[in-house]
Amino acid sequence: MELVLSIGIGVLIGSGVWLLFRPRTYQLIIGLSLIAYGVNLFIFSMGRLKVAAPPVLASGGPVNPADYADPIPQALVLTAIVIGFATAALFLVVLLVSRGLTGSDHVDGREPN
Amino acid sequence: MGWLDHLVIIPVLLPLVTGALLLMFDERRHKLKATINVVSTICLGLVALALLDLANTPTAANTETASVYLLGNWPAPFGIVLVLDRLSALMLVLTSLLALPALIYSLSRWHKSGPHFHTLFQLLLMGLNGAFLTGDLFNLFVFFEVLLASSYGLMLHGSGPLRVKAGLHYIVINLAASSLFLIGVAMIYGVTGTLNMADLAVRIASVPDADRMLLDAGAGILGIAFLVKAGMWPLGFWLPTAYNAAAAPVAAIFAILSKVGIYVLMRLSPLLFGAEAGASTGFGDEWLMVGGMVTMAFGIIGVLASQAKGRLAGFYILVSSGTLLASIGMANAPTTAGALFYLVSSTLAVSAFFLLIELVDRVQDPAANVLAVTMDAYGDDMEEEEAAEEVGVAIPATLVILGICFASCGLLLAGLPPLSGFIGKFAILTAVFNPNGLTQGSTLSLSTWVFAGLLVVSGLAAMIAITRAGIQTFWAPIEGRVPRVLLMEIAPIAFLLMLCVGQTIFGGPIMRYMEQTAQSLHAPETYIQGVLTAPRVPSPAKEAAP
Repeated sequence: MELVLSIGIGVLIGSGVWLLFRPRTYQLIIGLSLIAYGVNLFIFSMGRLKVAAPPVLASGGPVNPADYADPIPQALVLTAIVIGFATAALFLVVLLVSRGLTGSDHVDGREPN
Repeated sequence: MGWLDHLVIIPVLLPLVTGALLLMFDERRHKLKATINVVSTICLGLVALALLDLANTPTAANTETASVYLLGNWPAPFGIVLVLDRLSALMLVLTSLLALPALIYSLSRWHKSGPHFHTLFQLLLMGLNGAFLTGDLFNLFVFFEVLLASSYGLMLHGSGPLRVKAGLHYIVINLAASSLFLIGVAMIYGVTGTLNMADLAVRIASVPDADRMLLDAGAGILGIAFLVKAGMWPLGFWLPTAYNAAAAPVAAIFAILSKVGIYVLMRLSPLLFGAEAGASTGFGDEWLMVGGMVTMAFGIIGVLASQAKGRLAGFYILVSSGTLLASIGMANAPTTAGALFYLVSSTLAVSAFFLLIELVDRVQDPAANVLAVTMDAYGDDMEEEEAAEEVGVAIPATLVILGICFASCGLLLAGLPPLSGFIGKFAILTAVFNPNGLTQGSTLSLSTWVFAGLLVVSGLAAMIAITRAGIQTFWAPIEGRVPRVLLMEIAPIAFLLMLCVGQTIFGGPIMRYMEQTAQSLHAPETYIQGVLTAPRVPSPAKEAAP
């Protein structure tokens, strides 16, 4: 499982970084989104991988922490997802404005000669 | 728990509530929105001053104060804390001192040139204040995003192809930097299991050697996110273009934005990698020092090469960032004290300069502007908006006032006596040459000489560039174009410059405050103890029972 997850994160972030270096705004937003997904998975993995373990404590009785997954990375991921989603939406608007104002989807607003 | 204890959270809550309230009103009610915004910003300034007083007043228990506010009443390593110490109080005051003039300036016309200016402005203040107050790494990320999201909106304020292009670059770079921020935070959490800064400082010393590399990598990645904000070479190429493209009042408040990265490095570097950090002591200091110096050199070249004044100011921000980064890299209290003094002075001065540029450029004949090499990047489209109605009486002898302000800005930015820029640089130089106090026969390293040389040359470069810009503007023949400048536009600049004059006159007490700040930064035990032992508030039921 560790291998699959790390390869997944690597592929996501690798493709994202490659797209980020491309000159078109659409490639940028896809690249940024892929990086955000990779980063979210990465944060999640920092709580150590655990299968079939709930993050929330059951009420009552003694608690063995080993039976539970670390809840903090999960909470962090939720926050990061929300923020990443909002900023991607905001960037999408700026992208459209730039396209409308310049008539080009190049990041510099004009086609290279 | 009296009301005074809740004062710490007011700098976050007040702008949030004001920003939300301003959304309720229709865009056309400019006057009402402006009034609410100004009142709220003034209140924020008063709260910041009260907090500064609170942070500077020693309590009976100890002389080093750090007021800790437990959010949700959870004890420190588990819940999120807000921490008020001298450094954060200083930054809060600086923020509100910059916010008020920028806001007043924008009321002359900028605030009408796009929607939701006032809301975004307040949310920017909320993000800044939160970032200065928080004691938790992930919470810092959240406040960073708040301030960045509103800065994206403000950056695009006024629209136009130039701003959209610069804004697009600005947004992409900051989104990428935010991803690095998250990766760094996650790695640090993965190694140490905590995100609370004080708890982190305790745990870093006991990280096993096998994990040390991961911790360093995490801290390095996190540092890059802050260095992008601060504009360290080679991460800061976006900065001059973005600041030049932003509307004048926005650029003026953005002057503190690059200092947020500096603030975090100033806080975290001695806290996490100070003398107590075991094998990680001094991590990153060389990088900061070398990077800072290269940034200074790059900024100096940029300052000399810029034709447009906006770019000059942008490159000057790089110079001041470089100076501060190198001073942080020196990692001793006297240099940090000088750097803090310099930070305040240079931020106020560059903010005034951004406001002044717009007024001064009205003097210049547009035809003369064509000569400017960077005309292309500089843009004609900004001029169009000026045709809009400008109600009010033109101040007589406008040029004289503008000239005086311009010269004062020049003195401040170059760091020449008698103004506060000189004191800041002098304090840094003194500290650099006497790291162990005034002793005979201490040897100086090569980096010290290079840093001192760059510091002096940077002043010379700023002087040359500003003199040149001044000659082109004020001594060029003016063909019947005395600009119309409103009192509302010149007063904020005068206010900022008077603050610098005040900083010069009260240099002694302010320098003492900076020294105390620097000392508590480099001896963070009080901070750590203050956060980790902060008492919880007893529940009202229990309080009533006995």
